[in-house]
Amino acid sequence: MAVFVNVFLVSFIAAATFGITFNIPKTTVIPCGFVGMIGWVLYIGLFNGAHLNEVFSTFIASFVVAVISQFLARFYKNPVIVFNVSGIIPLVPGGLAYNTMRYFVESNYMDAMASASKVLLIAGAIAFGLVLAGIIPEILRRFRTRPTP
Amino acid sequence: MSHSVNDIMDVCLSAGELMLKSGAETYRVEDTMTRIARSFGMEIVHAYVTPTAIILSVQGDDPSETQTKLCRITERSIDLYKVTLVNALSRRLANGELTFAEMKRALEKAEKTTFLYPLWLQVVSAAIGSGCFALMFQGGWTDFIPSVIAGGSGYIVFIALHRFVRIKFFSELVAAFTIGLIAEWMVMLGIGERLDKIIIGSVMPLVPGLFITNAVRDLMAGDLLSGLSRGVEAFLTAFAIGTGIAVVLAIF
Repeated sequence: MAVFVNVFLVSFIAAATFGITFNIPKTTVIPCGFVGMIGWVLYIGLFNGAHLNEVFSTFIASFVVAVISQFLARFYKNPVIVFNVSGIIPLVPGGLAYNTMRYFVESNYMDAMASASKVLLIAGAIAFGLVLAGIIPEILRRFRTRPTP
Repeated sequence: MSHSVNDIMDVCLSAGELMLKSGAETYRVEDTMTRIARSFGMEIVHAYVTPTAIILSVQGDDPSETQTKLCRITERSIDLYKVTLVNALSRRLANGELTFAEMKRALEKAEKTTFLYPLWLQVVSAAIGSGCFALMFQGGWTDFIPSVIAGGSGYIVFIALHRFVRIKFFSELVAAFTIGLIAEWMVMLGIGERLDKIIIGSVMPLVPGLFITNAVRDLMAGDLLSGLSRGVEAFLTAFAIGTGIAVVLAIF
């Protein structure tokens, strides 16, 4: 029960409320919450549960978020960006970026550079997951419509 | 039903302007504008979109009638409902469900739509979202209420300042500073426990997640100029938040 509230419910509410501040259409508030929840649960499961690398877990989570967003976008006839944005918000490395800033203020430049590079890697992983999920349907379409010789 | 190239370009530009101002991706804006122009029978359409300006060049049946227009974009925010509206309009237009006059009227109407949610609901959402993020980043339940208060007040400061001073960097810096101060006070008063978790949760509504991902996506799609300028925008926001928090951390 505690896991349900602390992981599932909290991430659902966080993604849905952030969607509201981005002014997403009313019918998509609940689906956006679900996308955010799935991304966060996957990330936590891979990172804390399976002890995988932070960057890799983020990449997998953002890829799955993007794939689900593509389907939801088709189903609700809305642009993908509506679902993507709410889905990746929990994955954004806000905590690490904060730590970077704190290390800089404390003149601890070694740790600051280390966490700054991790922030960049994680941001890159999020974007790469999104791009990959956007490319796959295009490749499939191209294969399907290729003229037979 | 032939309209002058000029009229068609105006419709394309106002659709593009609306989308870009609301935070749509570069390729989507270019795509929508090209599709609108094509559906009105324009032969050659070139749309060049950057975060600060749109250039549209259109040629109709008559090659001597090529025209180019420029539209300056000064302000960008996130309003995904408008992106959805314009997207739906262009789709209906492509299916032939809309005439030129209807499209023009619908775009004017879309431009005037305000936020779907009242201001208090946005602030409450940002506040509750902040609290949830504090919990997600391994804060305890004692940190929930302080993050809700700090995140909500930070968001109010951001919106209020942005209405008066139209400089995003400044409003973000002051908002982050306010969040830092409130979080410090909360911990001093003994309401919250972990200062860093409270601050991280509370600044989340200001974090430029959308801009960062849009920037990288533009870069990968080959829109180098848009990608770089969006990246700079995201970096400036992150820098403003970081500076605001850093000042508080340096004071205490």
